[in-house]
Amino acid sequence: MARYPRSDELESPSSIDHGGSGTPHYGGGDGSGDSGDASPDYYQNLRRYRLFVFLVFIGVFIFFTALSSAYIIRRGNGHVDWQTGAFVRDWQPLTLPSILWMNTLLLALSSCALEFARRNLVRQVAIAPAVAVPGVAREKKYSAPWLALTLILGGGFLAGQFLAWERLRAAGVFIATNPSSSFFYILTASHAAHLIGGMLALIYAAGLSIFSTKLEREVVVVDVTSWYWHFMGLLWIYIFLLMRFAQ
Amino acid sequence: MTDSSRTDRGTTSGILGRIFSRDHKVIGLQYFFLSLAAALVGVALSALMRFHLVWPDASLPFFGAIKPEQYLSLLTMHGTLMIFFVLTTAPQGAFGNYCLPLQIGAREMAFPRLNMLSFWFTVLAFLVLLSAFVVSGGAPISGWTHYPPLSAVASAGPGQGMGMDLWIASIGLFCFASVLGSINFIVTVLDRRAPGMTMMRLPLTVWAWFITAILSLLAFTVLHAAIVLLFMDRHAGTSFFIPEGVVVNGSVLQHSGGSPLLWQHLFWFFGHPEVYIAILPGMGLTSHLLSTFARKPVFGYRAMVYAMMAIGALGFMVWGHHMFVSGMNPFAAFAFSVLTMVIGVPSAIKTFNWLGTLWRGSIRLTVPMMFAIGFVSVFVTGGLSGPILAQPALDTYLHDTYFVVAHFHLIMGVAAVIAIFAATYFWFPKMFGRHMNSTLGYAHFWFTFVGAYAVFLPMHFLGMAGHPRRYSQLTEVHYLQPLLPLQRFITWAALVTIAGQVIFLFNLFWSIWRGRTAEPNPWEATTLEWSQGQDSPVMRGPYEFNVPGAKAEFLMQQEE
Amino acid sequence: MARALLVALVLLTCGTLYLFIAKIWWMPALASTSGAAIDREFSATLLILGTVFVVAQIGLGFFVWKYRRSNTATYSTGHRGAEYAWTAITAIIFVAMSLAGERTWAELRGAHSPLEQEVQVEVTGTQFAWYFRYPGLDGKFGKTIPATVDASLGSAAAIGLDTNDPAAKDDVVTAALVVPADREVRLHLHAQDVIHSFFVPELRLKQDVVPGLNVEAHFQATRLGEYEIVCAELCGLGHYRMHGTLRVVSEDDFSKWLRQQEGAAR
Repeated sequence: MARYPRSDELESPSSIDHGGSGTPHYGGGDGSGDSGDASPDYYQNLRRYRLFVFLVFIGVFIFFTALSSAYIIRRGNGHVDWQTGAFVRDWQPLTLPSILWMNTLLLALSSCALEFARRNLVRQVAIAPAVAVPGVAREKKYSAPWLALTLILGGGFLAGQFLAWERLRAAGVFIATNPSSSFFYILTASHAAHLIGGMLALIYAAGLSIFSTKLEREVVVVDVTSWYWHFMGLLWIYIFLLMRFAQ
Repeated sequence: MTDSSRTDRGTTSGILGRIFSRDHKVIGLQYFFLSLAAALVGVALSALMRFHLVWPDASLPFFGAIKPEQYLSLLTMHGTLMIFFVLTTAPQGAFGNYCLPLQIGAREMAFPRLNMLSFWFTVLAFLVLLSAFVVSGGAPISGWTHYPPLSAVASAGPGQGMGMDLWIASIGLFCFASVLGSINFIVTVLDRRAPGMTMMRLPLTVWAWFITAILSLLAFTVLHAAIVLLFMDRHAGTSFFIPEGVVVNGSVLQHSGGSPLLWQHLFWFFGHPEVYIAILPGMGLTSHLLSTFARKPVFGYRAMVYAMMAIGALGFMVWGHHMFVSGMNPFAAFAFSVLTMVIGVPSAIKTFNWLGTLWRGSIRLTVPMMFAIGFVSVFVTGGLSGPILAQPALDTYLHDTYFVVAHFHLIMGVAAVIAIFAATYFWFPKMFGRHMNSTLGYAHFWFTFVGAYAVFLPMHFLGMAGHPRRYSQLTEVHYLQPLLPLQRFITWAALVTIAGQVIFLFNLFWSIWRGRTAEPNPWEATTLEWSQGQDSPVMRGPYEFNVPGAKAEFLMQQEE
Repeated sequence: MARALLVALVLLTCGTLYLFIAKIWWMPALASTSGAAIDREFSATLLILGTVFVVAQIGLGFFVWKYRRSNTATYSTGHRGAEYAWTAITAIIFVAMSLAGERTWAELRGAHSPLEQEVQVEVTGTQFAWYFRYPGLDGKFGKTIPATVDASLGSAAAIGLDTNDPAAKDDVVTAALVVPADREVRLHLHAQDVIHSFFVPELRLKQDVVPGLNVEAHFQATRLGEYEIVCAELCGLGHYRMHGTLRVVSEDDFSKWLRQQEGAAR
């Protein structure tokens, strides 16, 4: 038929029909891009997902930069006291709950645990061809314990953050009490929300580790998630320092 | 001969598989029809607005008479729908998703599932936004820019309660979808190009989508932060934007210490790149079409690329020009003014290069080409009011008048939309295997070109006369009365132009089913989306027309 | 079709030029000193940009018509010299325009006449009316208390004037802004609720009125008459009817009026 077919008419093509709009070489496997069957695709996938997470960093970084600039500007604000006519800054420096130190430690340890998992997996992939002998079983649960540890420590961090909130609330410091507390709650909550996103990715990785036979896929997920996790750790340290020293 | 572009192997069959397709072409079409729906609503709102302005007491069939507060909510929703769901969605989401992978020789976008997710989040955002119309209080009235305290205090006006919250929720979803979509675009361009497709062999459409995606990533995240803070001011009792001593409806608010200007800074840090997000794909497409239909390479390809990069980068440094009279520091205003004038330079470069592309060409005035030429004309007209507004002493007079309305409508509402039309006519054969009717296409062009000028040129004079914008009724201010005939002319021109768009709608839908069947490369273009089944690497740049000594009048990028 | 485009673009250019030159709908006659510089800047800018507009639109139409299909295309990827030249020229013109406007901007934003000669007026923008306060004989503005704001009790109560403050006792609050001609007027701009904007076209004066900010603007009116003050920042339902009156009167009339108001205030 001479007519140019419509998009919805196109079926999955046969294997010999590569398509004028997609030569196979750069595509990294077929359309879904997350199969990672053959070894060359693994590096392609890894590169693509690392690029993805790097761009996510940029987005998250800009988000927190916007909040930080609002923080700095708000810190200098106040109002004119109608009684005296003088300008009064209304920012009351906040004493950060001491549990935050413990939370930071937990998050740092969780990063270490995850890094162990990642490096082990990368090493496994590197030696994969050598052990790809029929009959040699892959140690499927190699990374799962480390991932579990990361999740536990990460969960500990979140619990600690929640406790920090409780401590503040017990002291009568709520989100609207003062701009300094407003930013405390918003910054920690935003960070926690992003961290939870990372935890969901970790749970997915742990699931792959237990149930999947595709080593490469697991490595890509763990690698990318660990970069994200480390970034979350660094981001937390930045937020902590900002709130600690810019009060 | 079949187009052998592959669909995603992971697409499940059946209705659900089609609805939640991960195929970039299907997603592109989905975005296209979503933005078309949004445009229809947005245009309907603007028709109501124009109608009400000149016939305020007239009663409309389903609505009755439009009350002043309804006018403001029409205005707010018109701006929101058009800017977010049409201008940010159609050029990038629709045509970008459809054509980008094809033009770079990729099989698919880098992350098809993410792509699908982005689309459906955008649909959700659209539905949440529309729901603002039906909640109690109605849609918000503070304009798409939502300056606090008006937007931060629910009692400051009708629609500022639930309606405003729904707006925030909708845009929050939209930001999220947009950021994911832009990451997809960036990774696809960087990682999925076919062998031989170097960056400097990319069609300018791809460069435009790429740079636009970077701008999206950086801008929408800031908007997200701003609306989080606004939401907190509204519901958590915080004072980011609300100063102390605000008296609304007889009661003093308990907030204190916030700065309304902080919102303006955050919003416009997003808002200015946003307008470049809206126009850059159109600029890339215009370069592409002028070259294709003048049968000549783009004049100064490299300069065009660098100009787009410059526009993107400088776009983040000029946001203060929306705030010259806001109470901002005058020195800062001066700095923003100089930078804004500087950003006029790459835009001028692009205009000169478009003319250079036409110079000594062999111009085929197809329907897409007419729209591309129309784009240049309207972009020049709308763009030239920019350096006027960029001078703070002049902006002191013109800020918040119809002059500004004329400026941004000519660029965003006309030029960018003309580019969307051009893209539709141009890629229709690719998307649907058929041609749109060209007679109807020419008629549509003339209606739109003449009509749009008739609507927006007079607005410059309304502005020069000092006519403020966002006035829901023109009966109160004496010096506006002599301007009413001009307003009436604008309304008539608008209604006629809107009516003319029916030609396009009819043509579009009729041609999908009954259009003349299209040959594989009907426009004799050179870029990869028009090639058929070659498996060879890319051999050359995208605009090799009439190359001296070549064997054919045009050389496709993959041709040996 | 090429001819049609050329004709259309020529008509567009001629029509636009005519409308800008004939000034059928234009800025109202100037009534302030600082506005003169603004009007001059307008003329210069419109001249430069108008020229660009004509050249670009006619050029576009001409090229479309001249190089229509019958022509054979000439392969060209660009011309370095031309590109550098027009880039440089554009940059110089645009930056020069920006720098040239700097002085006018600085004048608008700076104060130059000594304070004693200035008429001090506080402007309060509310949803949806303007109020104006004169400091009275003591030259001092009294305090205002947001909690006591009540527009239904008159102008003084509308801005929450603190009746217990001695400095407020001689404050005059009116619904119209009355100023003498040829004397510098300094406006202290306040907003009570949301952002408004004080705009008088004849004065070429506009300044946003922002809650929480004390912004000042100044002008010197040159013509007697009555002018409308409109709100130029969306402030809610009544934005379109939030207009006030500026009356520029002679020095004598102003003193008489002010004394009358101060008498009534006491």
